[in-house]
Amino acid sequence: MRGSSRSESGSADLQVRSSPPRELPDERTWRSALRSPFDLSRPVLIAVTLLLAVMIVLPMGWLVAYSLSDKAGHATLDNFVALFTDPTFVDPLITTLIIAFSVSTICCLVAAPLGWLVARTDMPIRRTVRTLVMASLVTPPFVGAIAWEMLAAPNSGLLNQLWRTLSGMPADEALLDIYNLPGLIFVIACYTFPYVFILVANALDRMPGELEDASSMLGAKTWQTARRITVPLALPTLLAGALVAFLQALNLFGSPAILAIPAGFHTLTTRIWSLFQFPPKPELAAAASLPLLLLTIVLLRGQALALGRRGYAVLGGKYGEPRLVRLGWLRWPAAALALFILAMPLFLPYAALFNSAFSRVASKLVTFDTITLHNVRFTFLELSSTMPALKNTFLLATASATLGALLALLIAYIVARRAIPGHRVLAFLATAPLAIPGIVLGVGLFLAYTRPPLTLYGTLWILLIAFVTIELPAAYQQLSSAFHAVHPELEEAGRMLGATRLRTLADITAPLLRSAVIATWCFVFVAVIRELSAAVILFTSETKVLSVLIFDLKESGDVGAIAVLSLAMVGITTIVIAIANRLGGGREIARLPARAAG
Amino acid sequence: MTNIAVIPSGAQRSRGTSSSSDEISPLRAARSGRDDGGARCVPLAVGGLGRRALLKAAALLPALLPLGARVVSAAPPPEAITPALLEAARKEGKVTYYTAMDLSIAEPLAKAFEAKHPGIKVAVERTGAERLFNRIAQENASNIRRADVVNSSDAAHFISWKRQDWLEPCVTAEIAENVPAAERDPDGTFTNQRTHLSAIAYNASLIKPEDAPKGFNDLLDPKYAGKLVKVHPGYSGTIMTATHQIVRELGWGYFEKLAKQKVLQVQSATEPPKKIEVGERAVAADGSDYLFWMAKERGAPIEVVPAIEGTPQISNPMAVFKSAPNPNAARLMFAWIMSAEGQEFIVNLSGQYPANKRVKAKAGRPPLASIKTLREDPAEVEKMADEIKAKYARIFKV
Repeated sequence: MRGSSRSESGSADLQVRSSPPRELPDERTWRSALRSPFDLSRPVLIAVTLLLAVMIVLPMGWLVAYSLSDKAGHATLDNFVALFTDPTFVDPLITTLIIAFSVSTICCLVAAPLGWLVARTDMPIRRTVRTLVMASLVTPPFVGAIAWEMLAAPNSGLLNQLWRTLSGMPADEALLDIYNLPGLIFVIACYTFPYVFILVANALDRMPGELEDASSMLGAKTWQTARRITVPLALPTLLAGALVAFLQALNLFGSPAILAIPAGFHTLTTRIWSLFQFPPKPELAAAASLPLLLLTIVLLRGQALALGRRGYAVLGGKYGEPRLVRLGWLRWPAAALALFILAMPLFLPYAALFNSAFSRVASKLVTFDTITLHNVRFTFLELSSTMPALKNTFLLATASATLGALLALLIAYIVARRAIPGHRVLAFLATAPLAIPGIVLGVGLFLAYTRPPLTLYGTLWILLIAFVTIELPAAYQQLSSAFHAVHPELEEAGRMLGATRLRTLADITAPLLRSAVIATWCFVFVAVIRELSAAVILFTSETKVLSVLIFDLKESGDVGAIAVLSLAMVGITTIVIAIANRLGGGREIARLPARAAG
Repeated sequence: MTNIAVIPSGAQRSRGTSSSSDEISPLRAARSGRDDGGARCVPLAVGGLGRRALLKAAALLPALLPLGARVVSAAPPPEAITPALLEAARKEGKVTYYTAMDLSIAEPLAKAFEAKHPGIKVAVERTGAERLFNRIAQENASNIRRADVVNSSDAAHFISWKRQDWLEPCVTAEIAENVPAAERDPDGTFTNQRTHLSAIAYNASLIKPEDAPKGFNDLLDPKYAGKLVKVHPGYSGTIMTATHQIVRELGWGYFEKLAKQKVLQVQSATEPPKKIEVGERAVAADGSDYLFWMAKERGAPIEVVPAIEGTPQISNPMAVFKSAPNPNAARLMFAWIMSAEGQEFIVNLSGQYPANKRVKAKAGRPPLASIKTLREDPAEVEKMADEIKAKYARIFKV
């Protein structure tokens, strides 16, 4: 979050110092007039700040205001008293913390060895494994939860049926039960560990091989090197990963809504959502949102500290390629283990989705005799919400991706080049939404924009604001690191030749950043398509998006249609990524920021 | 809200059950006392038949009312489907149908209407009735007018909507003549579309008929622990209505004991039939009966249980909203669904019990009069809805 401006080169500072913050107004006007008709710096700053205020400050302000008032609007602390004494709030809070801790632990236990195998050993198919872990991130967590319901529901689950056939277990016993706390933890971990994996694998990639070489030259055995060098160097990253996983699990809405309610318990996010059912209690929802918000801020601070410590490991010039550990006869068992892990978020759920998309009854394995297009026909020909939802989703995804990428580009430029006094405020506002869970933002926007002067509820605009806000930090971080790779000399040349800042940005910087911008666009696009937690609070019947439609279908148990829609959703997402990768050269997309939509 | 008591209060409090044939209409009980100053539906044409029916209805009305109750207004005169209405509806070209009915019936119904009236597209907005109620309230509060025709499985909602003056009175000649007065609002603002039950059912390949439950109290037997699926009244109107009836007959103690049976909690009354069919749970403690039957008729090993305590009965009123963006298409759709043709379509596809008496119930299904049902009481449901939701959430933890 804050490391970005520190590593900037000296010449950038020089360029900033020579630009005109302290000049007299008239002199300034004169100089800009000489260069071009206007320099848009100030209006741009004001516009961007206002926009960010509308997106972030206003909703959060209303959230706090609501949490401190009663139904009639009088100031009160009753909501918080209820929050910490009423068991219908305290239980979900405790449950949520248990889930977050467990998920975080499991993710580290799985992701660290897998990351090490992929980055530091000669395991076969390790490139494929890395790609597949990334691919599992495309699956929306709530779709994963529905797929795991098809697999591991105690009686009808395909895996349980298979096990009964193999082992002769009686009909009312089950090997797996997804409808309980461990089941939910497992499913959340399935779709959270990739984030930890990416952090760990990337850190291990960058870890200097020389240190390990030195260790073995000094006579340490392989395991000693691992214990004394590799693990300590990777530990801060793992800690950061643990926090990312904790945050994901804390703020996730989709999977708990699918699995926790049937199992008879709430998490904090589903409880907040339930407060929006009739009779709606927005003031309690606001109060219940604040602990999530505060916890997230504290944890992000912790993550920044953990990652900040990593500095000493990567400081300095270029290092040699890290040495690969030879696994010997363990090579193939290791690959098998990696594939087994990948079966959990990827192979098994997709097999289940395909099965129920083409069968009449989801609990039966489809055969050539029973294969049917009934669900496909129903979804695309009969279901009247399909086409409007697809249209809304693509409109919103395209608009959010474009707007988000542009806004992030603008802010990243202003901050990276310190183009305008006050750029720090922008950097802060652009990263602040990271601390706002999707459902909390949804509640905040609902409170802020169901009233005049900006009654946006019921329009696609409110969803656009939500999506851009949620994805802005990731987009900004991605582009701000890309900016640091473009040397400011090139821009200075443009400025000296009389172009305005925006002109320079458009003609010189933007083309150089093409691949980063495309990757960002792509990332926001994918994230918007799978966003559920804010959309579920903000949609109306006319502004329904695909994720909400799937959620509605889940309520009535139409799993066939859900399977068809989910596969279509993932298919389209994959195509968009493939195209963008081709356009953008392909490497940037691998740098997915650690933030997912719930 | 003033004098809601249109039913003799003794009948309202009685804890007994009644068979549906001699039952006092739930909808009549739902009649609110608000004086709406007359009908707003513009009579496009008043047929002689309609007037006669109207007179008949008006003559019947006082007989059903307890002394002292006020006849606040009469239903508007029936309107006919005129070429002008058809033309205006076609010009609008679309209609939005909010419903809690299962998509497997709602979407084909919409398609059948589209086929009947080419050029009018139907958008079906389906979700649980309680969510629908919330969605409509939120949309109205934000001045979003989208609902044209609304159909809910919680009749109490119509009392609330009528009181807020959101419903456009709408009575066709067909309704005036063939829908019993007991099945509709005297002011014509809403009419029952169909009736269904919230039934117990089981998967016969998982439970032998002799082990099957015979009623609600049987479900409390420890042998069913972990084998039950149940719906939440906070989301489903069918179950909100049913929960009110079960609480009245058996008390909250029944639910407190049921909560200890490790039930699988789902949100919509349309889901248990699907969960039972795939064999995820052996017994459904509740759920929409017509979907159990439809699955059975498809060949699924499902048996519907006529509960010895009585089965909750649910009416599904329908109304046209005053704020309808497509008022003519809305009236046309409303009229078509209530016509013999629309009612037959629903009956043939799903076997729910029609409101139009010209249409026969589906062959092979038990006649409604033969089933011991619990009495539906929307006025009481409306009063108790929040309490039921809160209590239920406390007992079942969700």
